[in-house]
Amino acid sequence: MASDIALSQAAAAETKRRRNYARHYAWFVVPAAVVVMAVIIFPWVFTLYVSAFNWHLGGEREWVGFGNYVQLFTDSRFGWAVARTLFYTGLAVVLPMIFGLAAALAFHRKFPLRGLARTVFILPMMATPVAVALVWTMMFHPQLGVLNWLLSQVGLPPSLWVYSAETVIPTLVLVEVWHWTPLVMLLILGGLASLPTDPYEAAKIDGANAWQAFRHITMPLLAPFVVVALIIRTIDALKAFDTIYVITQGGPGQASETINIFLYLQAFAFYNVGYASAVVVVFFAIIMLLAALLLWTRQRVKAT
Amino acid sequence: MRKLKRYLSNAAFGVSVLLLVSPAALVFLWMLSLSLKNELDNTAFPPIFVPDPPTLDNYREVFARNDFLLFAWNSVVVSFSATGLALAIGVPAGYGIAKMKAMRAAALILIARITPGLSYLIPLFLLFQWLELTGTLVPIVITHLVITVPIVVWVMISFFEGLPAELEEAALVDGATIWQAFRYVAMPLARPGITVATILAFIFSWNNFVFAMVLAGRETRTLPVAVNNMLTFEQISWGPLSAAALLVTAPVLILTLLAQKQIVAGLTAGGVKGA
Repeated sequence: MASDIALSQAAAAETKRRRNYARHYAWFVVPAAVVVMAVIIFPWVFTLYVSAFNWHLGGEREWVGFGNYVQLFTDSRFGWAVARTLFYTGLAVVLPMIFGLAAALAFHRKFPLRGLARTVFILPMMATPVAVALVWTMMFHPQLGVLNWLLSQVGLPPSLWVYSAETVIPTLVLVEVWHWTPLVMLLILGGLASLPTDPYEAAKIDGANAWQAFRHITMPLLAPFVVVALIIRTIDALKAFDTIYVITQGGPGQASETINIFLYLQAFAFYNVGYASAVVVVFFAIIMLLAALLLWTRQRVKAT
Repeated sequence: MRKLKRYLSNAAFGVSVLLLVSPAALVFLWMLSLSLKNELDNTAFPPIFVPDPPTLDNYREVFARNDFLLFAWNSVVVSFSATGLALAIGVPAGYGIAKMKAMRAAALILIARITPGLSYLIPLFLLFQWLELTGTLVPIVITHLVITVPIVVWVMISFFEGLPAELEEAALVDGATIWQAFRYVAMPLARPGITVATILAFIFSWNNFVFAMVLAGRETRTLPVAVNNMLTFEQISWGPLSAAALLVTAPVLILTLLAQKQIVAGLTAGGVKGA
């Protein structure tokens, strides 16, 4: 009891000392805080302000209050963009998660040339998105593209890839999967590397087979890392822009127009910056909501 | 029998690894192949895979457009400035946040990292127009800070948090100022973290497309924008286009091959500790 009190007093003194230091350490953050205010906080606030105007670049500017938001919620083109984004995100989360988990389990085993194989595997993630998008565009060419030749070799009919409204989103997802599966793999591989070895030895002694060990030891211990990968992947998939813009610019027609592409076109093709700012605000809210939801899930996974 | 089973399972594992790795390898190899063939071979169907004989004409054509070197220079200036500035302000900030355990500041940085870059463009575009800075590299460098500063701060927070506090405390007891403890004790210890932050900030700045796409004028395009314009506006043929695309991404790929360990450490540390 007495030692408890002594301990808590020491802890209180410790926090007090920390607070004293804290004031000085604040100076380290000042330059960054100024920059963050200028390029991050200011845009947030200013976007809110602009979203209350009917504001055309180089043209009229008129206060409309919540008018842009009202228009947005009745704009079927935006509604479709949201639906497409959800469809795209669903596919672009599930598939990389499956392949990434499989790849992480494979790379966790020792095999010859593992280092080289892993390096090649993570290259897509680091490559310049625009550059690889160009190569994909050439590969998707319906007559001369190498992908349709590959399909013909395995006896499948040629596909129109990004040139048809039906196949454009799954095709773009294919690029996204190619691009970002490595990150999922790395995040889960990091988790695998940090797992303790004792439970496996104990399970082996108790006569568990490989599947049982995976099911009852690896899966529960790995769950928090899988959730982190899921969070990061979901947010990245929602934000996808570069490859979609380079490959289709939202086409054919509006068949691949996601929220981000809709936003870009409103702002920098139609110069409708007031309306586009309202889109930013809504998009921002969607992302924050999803992030909060996923973080909450993570807490629950951790607790169990 | 047992031996055979083991052999088969190893073979199956080998095949699955090959299946996992080949899409990554094949896309880059196809890019290389396209860039080394003439137009006739590039549009042949069925495709010709191995250039025979390989030609460097496509690369010559890319460099013969003298603006390619200008755009390369723009990319170098933008990425180095954005990375340098982010380090100068982000490393101390990461230290300060780690020391103060300022979770709210850390959360703010995290939010900045997860929101789409495009959402910062409208207000910054209006601001730069008003300041009459459009048409110079300044707006592009400043907008790239939106990406590089959060990366650097984020990576540095997790590295500084991982350092033992005893060494700096000893320095403080011996009469060093906080700045000296940071500059001569903590910073040298965090050098691996600074390397990681530098590499990641550089790569993400080099790869960035949308900021320069909106803000760049005729003379201030960066490489990703220039290469995209080749596809959409200039309609140049596949060979030179692949050569240009490969040249744009080559620095990043080489950096990844050389610094794989640091990149993996940075992305997973930032990621796992991050969310």
